[in-house]
Amino acid sequence: MKKNNPNRSGQNGELEANSQLSEFALRRRTFLQVVGTGVMITVAGPRARAQSGRGDTRNAVSARLFLNRDGTITALSGKVEEGQGPRAELTQAAAEELRVSASQIRLVMADTELVPDDGITAGSRTTPRNIPEMRQAAATARELLTELAARQWEVSPTALSVTEGVVRNSSTGQKVSYQDLAQSSELESLFENAVRTTTTVTPVADWKILGQSLPRPNARDLVTGAHQFPSDIRRPGMLYGKVLRPPSFGAPLESVDLSAAQAMDGVVVFQEGDFVGTAASTTHQAEEALKAIARTAKWKLPVHRATHETVYDHLREHARRSDGRVNGNGSVEEGMAASEKTLSETYTVAYIQHAPMEPRAAVAEWTDETLTVWAGCDGPFRAQNDLREAFGIPAGKVRVIIPDMGGGFGGKHSAEAAVEAARLAKAAGKPVSVRWTREEEFTWAYSRPASVIECKAGLDKSGHCIAWDFTNINAGGSAIDTPYSIANTQISSVGSSPPLRQGSYRCLGATANNFARESFMDELAAATEADPLEFRLAHLQNERLRAVLQEAAAKFKWTDRRKQLASDRGIGLACGTEKNSVVAACVEVLVDKNKGTFKVTEICEAFECGPILNPSNLLSQVHGCIIMGLGGALTEEMEFKDGSLLNAAFSRYRVPRFRDIPKIDVHFLENHSIPPAGGGETPIIAVAPAIGNAVFAATGIRLRAMPMRGLKGRGA
Amino acid sequence: MSETIRLVVNGTERTVQTVEQRRLLDVLREDLQLTGTKYGCGEGQCGACLVLLDGKPTRTCILPVSAAVGKEITTIEGLAKGNELDPVQEAFLEEGAMQCGYCTSGMILSASALLKENPHPSDEEIVSAMNGHICRCNGYPKVVGAIRRAAEKGRS
Repeated sequence: MKKNNPNRSGQNGELEANSQLSEFALRRRTFLQVVGTGVMITVAGPRARAQSGRGDTRNAVSARLFLNRDGTITALSGKVEEGQGPRAELTQAAAEELRVSASQIRLVMADTELVPDDGITAGSRTTPRNIPEMRQAAATARELLTELAARQWEVSPTALSVTEGVVRNSSTGQKVSYQDLAQSSELESLFENAVRTTTTVTPVADWKILGQSLPRPNARDLVTGAHQFPSDIRRPGMLYGKVLRPPSFGAPLESVDLSAAQAMDGVVVFQEGDFVGTAASTTHQAEEALKAIARTAKWKLPVHRATHETVYDHLREHARRSDGRVNGNGSVEEGMAASEKTLSETYTVAYIQHAPMEPRAAVAEWTDETLTVWAGCDGPFRAQNDLREAFGIPAGKVRVIIPDMGGGFGGKHSAEAAVEAARLAKAAGKPVSVRWTREEEFTWAYSRPASVIECKAGLDKSGHCIAWDFTNINAGGSAIDTPYSIANTQISSVGSSPPLRQGSYRCLGATANNFARESFMDELAAATEADPLEFRLAHLQNERLRAVLQEAAAKFKWTDRRKQLASDRGIGLACGTEKNSVVAACVEVLVDKNKGTFKVTEICEAFECGPILNPSNLLSQVHGCIIMGLGGALTEEMEFKDGSLLNAAFSRYRVPRFRDIPKIDVHFLENHSIPPAGGGETPIIAVAPAIGNAVFAATGIRLRAMPMRGLKGRGA
Repeated sequence: MSETIRLVVNGTERTVQTVEQRRLLDVLREDLQLTGTKYGCGEGQCGACLVLLDGKPTRTCILPVSAAVGKEITTIEGLAKGNELDPVQEAFLEEGAMQCGYCTSGMILSASALLKENPHPSDEEIVSAMNGHICRCNGYPKVVGAIRRAAEKGRS
C-alpha cells in the first residue's frame, strides 16, 4: 500500500511534514480499499473516477474537501500551479465558504492519487469553473457541519451560524469548533454527501477572504529555495537521463552504435526503435554517453521546404479554405458592393515559443509494476493516460504528481519528459530524472502557431464600416469574431499544413486575430480620417468593452495627447474581448527615424474580468501578459530552415528583459454583474496592435507582421 | 578522471568526488542536493543558476566546478540566517514578486549583491544590475518594486 501514502512523495517539504495530509490520505486509503471491493462503487473515489474517464458524476463533498481531526481542512484540486495563482485562489475559495482563515486550508493539487480529474490547466478555466466548484463544495461542507452541530444540540440549523471555524447558536451562546466536530464518528459519512447545488455561496459584497490579496501559500519556499520543482525532485538511487534527438524534425533513425556508451562505467543505455537514451548518476556522465552515441547515429533526413521566411506563403498555399469554420451575418458581397471605399490587407504572425523558465522535466519511479511520475506538465490525468498507453498498464497502476512548476503559458499540455523518464527508469531499474535542456525545450516543445490573416472591409459614405471579411489561416478561431457591430460579416478560421509542431499558447489565436482586427480597424479609421477611439466607439455596442476602452483612454489622456502628436512620438490604442473578459490598451512609442527603430515607452491598460478574486495576483498576471505580449510584438520569432531551429537559445531568441519594460499603468474595472472570469490571458491581446497603431500615428508606416522589429526598409 | 574537490558552500566545507569539468550548477544540485539553484539556459543568459562566489554574482551553468575552489559559495539556501530571512527575501514576499518562482533564487542573490555594493540604487541602477535575469512570467515590475522595498528597509 506504499502507493497510497503521499508522505513518500517528496513533493515538497510542506507535504513531507504535513500530518493533516497523512491523516487524510489514511482515510482516503481506507475509502479506496472499500471502493476496491466494489461495495461502494456508486460513490467511487478519485482513483475510480480516473479509471472511468472524464465526465464521471462523482460529486461527493469528500472529492474536494476533508475535515482533519485538528480542525484544518484538506482541499483537493486537479489544477496545476505554474505561477498563475490557483494555489492562493482555490485556498481562498475554500476558506471563504467554510468561514475559516486561509491558513486552515491545506490545498493538495494535481496528484492523480488524491484529487479529482479537473482536466488540463488551460483556457483561464480555473476561475470560472473550478473556483465555483470549490466554493459550492465548501459551502455544502459548512452546511453539513452546521447540521451536525444542530443535531447534537437538537435545534434547527437555521438558528446557527459559523465564524472562524466555530458553529455558534447566538440565542443560547452554545458553540462548537470544527475541530470538535471533526472527532465525530459521523464525519466520514457526512462528507460522502453530494455537493448541494441548492446551497448559496457567499455574495461578492460579503467576501472576506476572496477579493483579498492573499499571497501564494508556499511563497516562502520560493524565496528560500526550499520548494522542489519537477526538475528538483530526487529519489533514492535516482539516475539522470538524456534522450537522443534527431538533427531535424521528423528524421527517422537509420542506424546507431551504442557500444562506446555501453562500455562506460555506470551508464545505462536503452534503445527501442528510434528512442535512444542514456542514464547515469550524474548529468555529465549521461551527456558524455549520449554524445558518444550521437556521433555514430545516422538519420534519414526528410525534405523540409518551409523556412521562417517562407512560412506565410506555405500556410496560404496549404490553407484548407473549404473546411474552415465560417461565421457571419448579412451578405459581405452586398456590403462590399454598397461600400464607398474598400480596403484589403494581410497580416502575419510568426511562430514563437513559450520558453517557460523551467524546461520540461520529470522523474519516474517503478515499484512492483506500478509507476509514479513527478512531472512538469499541466494535465496530471492526461499525463497518466499517456503513461498508461505507453506502457499498457491500467490507470490504477500510474500515479502522476505535478509539483508546482516553473511556468507553462499553455505550452505544457503534453508530458513528453514523463514518458521518456518512465522508459529510461524501466530500463535502468532505478528512478530516472529527465530534464530537457533549453535547446530541447525550444526545439521539441510545441510552439504557438504562425498565421496569415486576410482582412477586407468596406466603408459607407459616412465612414461607417458596413462589410467585414476576415480569414485566419492556421492560428485558430479564438477571439476571431469581431466585437464591433457591422452589418455584413464573413469570418473564418481555416487550417493549413503547419511546418512546425504547434499547440496552445497564452490566449491561443486571440493574439493573432486581435492583432489583425485592431490594426485593420485602425487602418479603416485612418482611411476615414477619424480618431481611432471615436471610430471604435462608433461601431461598439458591447458595454463592457466600451467601458475599458474609455477607461484606458481617459487614464492615458488619449484625446489631449492625440492633439500633440509629433513625428518622433506616436500613440496608439487597441481593445478586445476573449474568455469573458475585456481589455483595452493605450501605448506610446518613441521613434528614431534615422536608425529606423522605435521603443515602447508607455502602456496603459484597462481590464475587466468580473469580480476580482485576488487583486495582487491579478496585477501580476496583467503585468505578465503585457510584457510577454511585448516579446511577441517586437522581438520573438522562431527561425527555422531544413527542419531545424536556428535560434534555440536565449542568446538568439530575444525575450523581454528588465530593460525593455516601459512605464506600465494598469487599471481594473470591477464588474459584479457577472461571475468571476479568468484574467491570465486576455490582457495579452491588445498589446501588439496598440504598438503598431502608435508607430503608424508617428510615422504613417503600417507594420503588419509580428514581430514588428523596426522600420528599416519601410521608408523611415 | 574523478578527483576530490573541496568547496565552501554556505559557510560549510563540503567535499565532492567528481570530474573537474562538471558544471558547478550540476555539482550543487546533484552532489550537494542544493536544488534552489536552477538550470535555465546553459549559456549564462538567464541568471536562474546564479550564486555568489566571494559575494560576486556568478552564473554556474557555464562554470566548471574547479573554478569555485577556494571561494566562498553562497546559494539561495544560505542567504537566510536560520529562520530569519534576508531583507531581499522578505521584500520579495511582501511585494509578491514571484509568479512561478523558478527565476526567484537567482534574482534574490543578484539583488542582495547589488544592495551590498549600492544600498540605495536608483530604478535605473536596479534595472541595469538585474538585466541579466530572465523571468518568463514577466513579473519584472514587482521584482523592481521588491528591490526598491529592500533598499528602503536598509534605509530605516
